[in-house]
Amino acid sequence: MGHGGGGQLSAELVQHLFLPAFGEAARTATPTDAHVLELGNGVRLAFSTDTYVVRPLFFPGGNIGELAVYGTVNDLAMRGAQPLALSTGFVLEEGLEMDVLGRIATSMGVAALNAGVQLVTGDTKVVERGHGDGVYINTAGIGLLPDGVDIRPERARPGDVVIVSGEIGLHGIAVLSLREGLEFGTELRSDTAPLNHLVAAMLAACADIHVLRDPTRGGLAASLCEIAETAQVGIEFEERSLPVPEAVRAACGFLGLDPIHVANEGKLVAFVAPDHADQVLAAMAATDVGSRSTVIGRVVEGHAGVVVARTGFGSTRIVDRPLGEQLPRIC
Amino acid sequence: MKYLDEFNDPALARSLFEQIDAAATKSWAIMEVCGGQTHSIIRNGIDQLLTDRVELIHGPGCPVCVTPLEMIDRALAIAARPNVLFTSFGDMLRVPGSRDDLFSVKAKGGDVRVVYSPLDAVNLAQEHPDKEVVFFGVGFETTAPANAMAVFQARERGLQNFSMLVSHVLVPPAIEALMTSPTSRVQGFLAAGHVCTVMGTRQYEPLAERYAVPIVVTGFEPLDVLDGIRRCVLQLEAGSSEVENAYPRAVRAEGNQPAQEMLARVFETCDRQWRGIGMIPMSGWRLKSEFAAFDAERRFDVGELSVSEPVRCRAGDVLQGVLKPDQCECFGKECTPRTPMGATMVSSEGACAAYFQYRRLDPPAAVRRG
Amino acid sequence: MCLGVPGKVLEIRSEHGTRMATVDFGGVTKTVCLAYVPEVQEGDYTIVHAGFAITRLDEASALETLQMFTDLGLLEELGGADAVTEGAP
Repeated sequence: MGHGGGGQLSAELVQHLFLPAFGEAARTATPTDAHVLELGNGVRLAFSTDTYVVRPLFFPGGNIGELAVYGTVNDLAMRGAQPLALSTGFVLEEGLEMDVLGRIATSMGVAALNAGVQLVTGDTKVVERGHGDGVYINTAGIGLLPDGVDIRPERARPGDVVIVSGEIGLHGIAVLSLREGLEFGTELRSDTAPLNHLVAAMLAACADIHVLRDPTRGGLAASLCEIAETAQVGIEFEERSLPVPEAVRAACGFLGLDPIHVANEGKLVAFVAPDHADQVLAAMAATDVGSRSTVIGRVVEGHAGVVVARTGFGSTRIVDRPLGEQLPRIC
Repeated sequence: MKYLDEFNDPALARSLFEQIDAAATKSWAIMEVCGGQTHSIIRNGIDQLLTDRVELIHGPGCPVCVTPLEMIDRALAIAARPNVLFTSFGDMLRVPGSRDDLFSVKAKGGDVRVVYSPLDAVNLAQEHPDKEVVFFGVGFETTAPANAMAVFQARERGLQNFSMLVSHVLVPPAIEALMTSPTSRVQGFLAAGHVCTVMGTRQYEPLAERYAVPIVVTGFEPLDVLDGIRRCVLQLEAGSSEVENAYPRAVRAEGNQPAQEMLARVFETCDRQWRGIGMIPMSGWRLKSEFAAFDAERRFDVGELSVSEPVRCRAGDVLQGVLKPDQCECFGKECTPRTPMGATMVSSEGACAAYFQYRRLDPPAAVRRG
Repeated sequence: MCLGVPGKVLEIRSEHGTRMATVDFGGVTKTVCLAYVPEVQEGDYTIVHAGFAITRLDEASALETLQMFTDLGLLEELGGADAVTEGAP
């Protein structure tokens, strides 16, 4: 049904089905972000969950287990929270080899150590063969918000500088390279990585970061569109300033995809006030995962809710989020 | 990437824009035939930067857009069958049929798979002897050699479980239909570069002569498109109507001979319905009777299909260059890529989708040239 | 319909009796059918559509076209744009 691709369709499902159906029970929900719970005495917890459905289970640079750990860690980090603990839920398809599950679980352990988070509780269910793609994983996590940190899309404002933490499109292309019917050879590896250490470094440089987003499914375009719509601001970026590796451009070229629609799993986009941009950028560039950070654009007055790309020729065009799953095309 | 980046150079583009500006003393309407060119023009904002004296009309060269509704419905009916593994280029999955699209068939349990090449579909047939593997063979002359080879290989490999739903269309009859249409405003054509890579340029000479229009064979990168426009304007200003090759790195006058030989072995010309336009005589290819065993239309009896197109959809006018997408009253309202009324709103090459994606409001930040 | 991408032919082989090759598009490689371009050799550039090489890319011609674009720009700087006619390469 195309609702899982991180595009417009999944946003619509939340808006038009889940929230109305949940009614009063979802009154305080923050459906697209980690939710922040105020516990009194100034203690604030961020809480998030995500479910991982990935084919193939193993891909260049990672596997579904790492994604499941880093994905939720990163959701928490996008509110500025340092993760404390994760739960892990598994739906296993009958017949999944124990060796495969073992490798996935081992890399989840390593990933949790990398992110500095504990795996504290979990659950396993088995479904009949043919009713799942080997394994689905859900993780939920909580994290602690430092004092004074208020990071959410509503805070984007005209003048803000937009920074991307490195090269885009790696994860999506690495996964596509193994997709049946599309296989292609590449040295590209998924960028899957925890972003909480990067965020900590950024917050140490400037506590007043306005917005953070990790552009996963739907790519950079989906993240920028969502921020523009939520904050009702215009966003403009220079197409030629986007850090797109040549191999990603090449793969997008023959598949007919746009790199800004391709998923990332270890990148973030940050919105900061112009006065703070240099120090935040420097702090990002000093980390491993953020070493290729670069400014791509800014928030502008006008065209509220719309993202505009400025081409190398000086023309402009509207940038939309992709419509569900990315399909290779020949036209 | 080599041989792509060079043809995207902003400084050279600027000088081509200036050349066109200097050359055009009068107003001219030029049609880019191929949807790939439309995509490049809209995505790069070439139309924004071009002198107002040159109007670009977006042509019907988007196979996704012109594949007849009846054929889409047939594909949907075949794909929904329990034993069928239906394969297609990704382009076709969101194209609306009368009720459904291939995505919905897949969501309801149909085995619909996207392939990069029709040969991948042949390989799937070999790997799944228990399944009927069907490939949706759409496209212009550029794609036809690939599809022809798939059928040919299936026969060579003795595959009984492979067939193709063929809906090929041809560019020259479409140009002819446009030129004989009383509403046409087209004064010059940018012909589709990769179509000519396969077929050569000679079949355009009678058209240029008969209708006294310049036809410039044009590539797809921004500099290629600009050079095509420049040459077309120069011809229009000089009153000439020649076939000119602005894409010589990929197009030779005689085209690709081995590909043409294979096409002649596998396909024969036939009348073809164009969605939104109507029947154009001898504007399509179908499988020759020698390959009838691989014809999905014959293999699968789907009964009578009753097709219905939304009454208010004006895709046909858009495809013929009579209407700009944003002049349609449904554009961006009930008709969006999410809820397309016509195929031109689906394909990334379709003029309506290209306008919606990149141009649905004129951002105040948009800069005009100068 | 015509997404055609230039790539460099790395290694030619035979599959199911058909001439196939690994083509490099600048960091990604794809198996491509060469049946329609018998003249193409390893090291050549070709234009690929739907998994098929549809022509050898004429590198000399590509360079000539680019040179022509450069010359057009230079002429214009000299105020001689009128002097440029259909200077087909």
